[in-house]
Amino acid sequence: MPERLKKFALSAVVIGSFFVAYWRTHHADDEALPPVIPTSSPSASVTSLTPPSPTEPTQPSNSPVSDSVPAAPPSQSATPTVSPTSAPTSQGQYRNGTYTGSVADAFYGNVQVKVTIAGGKITNVQFLAYPNDRSTSVRINSLATPQLASQAIQAQSANVDGVSGASATSEAFRQSLASALAQATP
Amino acid sequence: MIRETRLLMGMPVTLVIVDTHASHADIEREYLYLEGIDRRFSTYKPTSEISRLNRGELTLAQASDETRLIFALADQTKQETHGYFNIEKDGYIDPSGLVKGWAIQQVANRLAERGFANYMVDIGGDIQTAGHGPSGSAWRLGVQNPFNPREIVKVVQLNDGAIATSGTYIRGQHIYNPYKAGPITDLVSLTVVGRRIYDVDRFATAAFAMAKEGVTFIDRLDGYEAYMIDSAGHGVATRGFIHYEGNDEDH
Repeated sequence: MPERLKKFALSAVVIGSFFVAYWRTHHADDEALPPVIPTSSPSASVTSLTPPSPTEPTQPSNSPVSDSVPAAPPSQSATPTVSPTSAPTSQGQYRNGTYTGSVADAFYGNVQVKVTIAGGKITNVQFLAYPNDRSTSVRINSLATPQLASQAIQAQSANVDGVSGASATSEAFRQSLASALAQATP
Repeated sequence: MIRETRLLMGMPVTLVIVDTHASHADIEREYLYLEGIDRRFSTYKPTSEISRLNRGELTLAQASDETRLIFALADQTKQETHGYFNIEKDGYIDPSGLVKGWAIQQVANRLAERGFANYMVDIGGDIQTAGHGPSGSAWRLGVQNPFNPREIVKVVQLNDGAIATSGTYIRGQHIYNPYKAGPITDLVSLTVVGRRIYDVDRFATAAFAMAKEGVTFIDRLDGYEAYMIDSAGHGVATRGFIHYEGNDEDH
């Protein structure tokens, strides 16, 4: 361990000097930069919020704050049944228009959505802000892919101590979406 | 056993200590430590060192040892992952992806130094375990269904192991690769399992950026296993992932 720390310290000094030089030459006159939004497209659009079968990805709620946190409750079963939803009915339960949700903090960055309602239903969800925590501006190497088996995912019924998922971003999305829909609810 | 969950850094943070001599003060101490990390590294706090660095108000040489260490680790990871892990985006530096895994590792190390042998540290679904769980056998962690957060699709059993998941929650979100025409493929979730959360977390981030090649990258990496889910609901596991799986029949 101490050997590793020495290496890190040395690397830090070397890299630190590089960064000092970099910052001096590139950022002496820069204005404050805003948080980064996905690099390649001006906005990332989800054209419809129709749920994929067999389960729905989100549950629009009428309250401004999402009613659930996707962390595992202590030693409870995660049942395979589909959760009840409050999805818009066929005649629509939302007022037509465009609604911007609140900015929700996903630690990696903010998430903010803009929802379009037409015919009383959600027709478009657009990201105004999305955490750019996953690098997308990289080169994809063409690696030979071994044939790893592919299977449909299946819900498990099991007691667990914790749950691993892309929770942070998804929770922030639900909060922002819920606040947009709350404005659209008559 | 003491278990507590708090919303911190915009995420649920769960700490569990199974050892009988644990007290609430031990848990509180770690939450305070994490609050300090948030103050230093949050890109959404204008007073954080990262924000000040990005505004040019601070040079790296003037920053804390901790910040310089994070930058050094980021550079090391970038090299190890052939450039896929990169905390700099369009001239703006955001180390949040690396800080998360590093912070969990720090808390786990701190608990070990205090003499605890059986604990779990969970920040937003990235989890480090040590020893055994509350029942006396392995810690059981669920892999969340990216299409339904109330469901799990795999159970992973760990003693002294770690798990992290990268993903985009939104089906149909297009991430474009500027070097190649058309969208990157439809990967929604990539879970990595290994010994230490710091390594697991950064490899999960890098592998996700590799789209469907990411699971291959992990398959070739000694000591790590992965489970990938695409937008059609297909799961692909690395060859050794099955060794970590728990069954419905357990418990």
